[in-house]
Amino acid sequence: MQLKIRHLLGLEGVDREDINLILDTAESFKSVLKRAIPKVPTLRGKTVVNLFYEASTRTRFSFELAEKRLSADSVNFSKSTSSVSKGEDLKDTIRNIEAMRIDFVVMRHSSPGAAHFVSRCVDALVINAGDGAHEHPTQALLDMLTLRENLGDLKGKKIVIVGDILHSRVARSNIYGLKTLGAEVGVCGPSTLLPVFIKDMGVKIYPHIEDAISEADVLNILRIQLERQKGGLFPSLREYRALFGVTRQRLAEAPKNLIIMHPGPMNRGVEIDSEVADSEHSVILNQVTNGVAVRMAVLYLLSGGKGKFEGEENE
Amino acid sequence: MNNAITELIEVQNSVLFKNARVIDPSVNLNKKADVFVENGEIKEIGNVSEKDFNGRVIDCSGKSIVPGLFDMHVHFREPGYEGAETLQSGVNAATAAGFTGVAVMPNTNPACDNRGQVEYINERTRDLIVDVHPIGAVTKNREGKELTEMADMADAGAVAFSDDGVSVKNAVILRNAIEYSTMIGKIIIDHCEDPYLAQDGVMNESFVSTQLGMKGIPSISEEIVVARDIAVAEYIDKPVHLAHISTEESIRLIRDAKKRGVKVTAETCPHYLLLTDEEVKSFDPNFKMNPPLRTEKDRLTIIEAVKDGTIDVIVTDHAPHTVERNDQEFNAAAFGIIGLETAVGVLLTHLVQKNIISFEDFVRLYSINPRKILGLKEVNIKKGEPANLSIIDPEKEWTVDKELFFSKSRNTPFDGWKLKGKAVGLYNKNKLYYSE
Amino acid sequence: MKVKAELMDENALARTLMRVTHEICERNKGVENLAIIGIRNRGDVLARRINENINKIEGSRVPLGVLDITLYRDDFRMFSERPVVQESDIDFDLTDKQVILVDDVLYTGRTVRCALDAVIDLGRPAMIQLAVLIDRGHRELPIKPDYVGKNVPTSKNEEIQVKLKEVDGEDSVLLIEP
Repeated sequence: MQLKIRHLLGLEGVDREDINLILDTAESFKSVLKRAIPKVPTLRGKTVVNLFYEASTRTRFSFELAEKRLSADSVNFSKSTSSVSKGEDLKDTIRNIEAMRIDFVVMRHSSPGAAHFVSRCVDALVINAGDGAHEHPTQALLDMLTLRENLGDLKGKKIVIVGDILHSRVARSNIYGLKTLGAEVGVCGPSTLLPVFIKDMGVKIYPHIEDAISEADVLNILRIQLERQKGGLFPSLREYRALFGVTRQRLAEAPKNLIIMHPGPMNRGVEIDSEVADSEHSVILNQVTNGVAVRMAVLYLLSGGKGKFEGEENE
Repeated sequence: MNNAITELIEVQNSVLFKNARVIDPSVNLNKKADVFVENGEIKEIGNVSEKDFNGRVIDCSGKSIVPGLFDMHVHFREPGYEGAETLQSGVNAATAAGFTGVAVMPNTNPACDNRGQVEYINERTRDLIVDVHPIGAVTKNREGKELTEMADMADAGAVAFSDDGVSVKNAVILRNAIEYSTMIGKIIIDHCEDPYLAQDGVMNESFVSTQLGMKGIPSISEEIVVARDIAVAEYIDKPVHLAHISTEESIRLIRDAKKRGVKVTAETCPHYLLLTDEEVKSFDPNFKMNPPLRTEKDRLTIIEAVKDGTIDVIVTDHAPHTVERNDQEFNAAAFGIIGLETAVGVLLTHLVQKNIISFEDFVRLYSINPRKILGLKEVNIKKGEPANLSIIDPEKEWTVDKELFFSKSRNTPFDGWKLKGKAVGLYNKNKLYYSE
Repeated sequence: MKVKAELMDENALARTLMRVTHEICERNKGVENLAIIGIRNRGDVLARRINENINKIEGSRVPLGVLDITLYRDDFRMFSERPVVQESDIDFDLTDKQVILVDDVLYTGRTVRCALDAVIDLGRPAMIQLAVLIDRGHRELPIKPDYVGKNVPTSKNEEIQVKLKEVDGEDSVLLIEP
């Protein structure tokens, strides 16, 4: 089985077959994770560099776990945001990595297209773990796996993403991936945090959270960041919660058995109440479990693509 | 630096260009003729015999001779950024590209904001085949606070004033600058951009920027300043020239202003005529510049504006950058692309040959109008006039190979383009450059 | 590709499996503490049939599992096509059990080595024994079966084709040559 894509740089343009292959394979990997020894030797001897230019505990942790579960050698490179000045750093770092013959690069960077840039500079396979506000494909994949487990076929299901869509790579990847699987995607948030042209991505805009709750099958709630408030995009977290917070009371109005998702980390009491996050509606912890399985599946399947080491093949 | 071109430049007092198509709309000239130049002056246009001729004969069959092309908006980075381009390498690029004259922007380091800097440029380019005209800064160090000594700089040879790279900081400085520069007979060239709306943006704000998650520079960032500049120019009834126009609404504002008699002129660049923000999906920094590539609708409007005269001149905004500054992830890459060595080719192939504009229009836009706007002496192909000529082969088929550029920089979006039409030579200041 | 010989027909297959089942019961002195794990594909079908035979002989079945060894293969190369990963299905604890691994054809022994790794990652059996339908020789690892349906010496370019009703619609074992 092979993916058509060579790297996983985003979900835009990834077709339904590839997405389903990744999700199906991830399900198989889930059973590996349940074993007493949750480890397989599949990627033994392969080296993965986790190149994280933006701080991230959970995503990097999840990737690292996935790599180790596959018996790969995992090496971490983090750059605290303050010392990243311009791209000199990235290009030089990439050159160093190339010299050490690495099989995979998992990278997170604040510039959209950084993973694309790296994929042009190295022979290694590149997995985008988040490039600015552009894409975060493995997050969307694990979101879709979680939804598939709960809803089955996603065709026609209504998923509304709530929050700061403007700056969200999770939102973009989810929009691309869910639409490929035939779901109906909506967005909900303050006008200042919705991109001007978001409608052209084929999503429905819900100006009020109440409307979203009354129509959706799923709410995917994004974290609202303090920096956005400082940037003049909305006045206060308090007001954000008042208008868009997913509270117990609001959730109680939902006609359907609404599924609650959140990529984490949560601002409890701001975009989502604790009661909601910990309720029976929430699949947030499943998302985390699925994250490791999805990342294992991606590493496994990408390594089966058509690549440069063809000289070693076919004896 | 590829200096090989300097070896091809010969001092030639007498040249006979045979069988050229001589085109000069300023004197209603469009005919097949020989052009005989002696002592740097046009002696004869017509049938000139080679017999008894001692100078250089150039067979121009199939080629066109036009008044020397002039790019009034380029950046030659010297002093301060010589890694990307120097006055010499910029001139090399202009020579190969068929330009006998350029006007260089003052955002060097130090900025060209005093007489000394103007004279430096004059000194470095004195004997070169291309005329390099300094544009002075409007405000000291382009900071937008105090006006520069424009009269002094003009006296030394500055042909216009601009803070290009940024807008003239506010309306009162613009008003005062226009009053002052008009007094000494020079124009202000304004780069139209609202720095607050454009802040941190790296590409056009559009559906594409939404898809890519990149911070966009909205079109209103240009239009607001275009409107400001037109209002000021109209109010004081003095001229202003608007740099690198890129949006539909800007064109509408300029067109309406012209109709009302406002003394506004405007320029655009080949890339706004040929490319759109869709190109940024490749994350290739060779599509990153300011103003950014806009939508298809904007592009088509700009083309119409070139056709109907709303746009007066074409410029390249030739903006060299070293590989270190250009070849990075998109956000971090420097804004700007070079353009001299592809300008003639792309415009002939994609505008003239497609009958969007005529060859005469091309000559107006890229030779006659720029000199007029800057108040420079007209270049005419006429008996008795100094010879200032560009020789173009409109049939020459070639593929752009950036490694062969004479510019020191390589940041072009046109690498690999197959074009038809190329400048093959020029004559200026008693010097000849000719390369088949 | 043509059939060189029919090694077993439906009846022969059934008899062989019954004989192997008897051997398993005999050697282990009954079926207490036994577990059977079949290696996907076809090893799992044979394992199920053996378990049915045990039921006929001893009156009860033993715990039965299916093992997918895709992730344990040692022929992993970057950029070679990935086999589909299917789930193993072993819902009982292997620790301290006597595990019978079942596969259809024993050849180089590499598949069995993978299976051993996989089984050991799942728990600590008291003992692992190997039952195969056909042993075709050409071992590349020191692996020896405990129970063999039939020994068939083959050359390397020949192929043993096992067909089972549950998967292929018929029961037969064929020797194929190119």
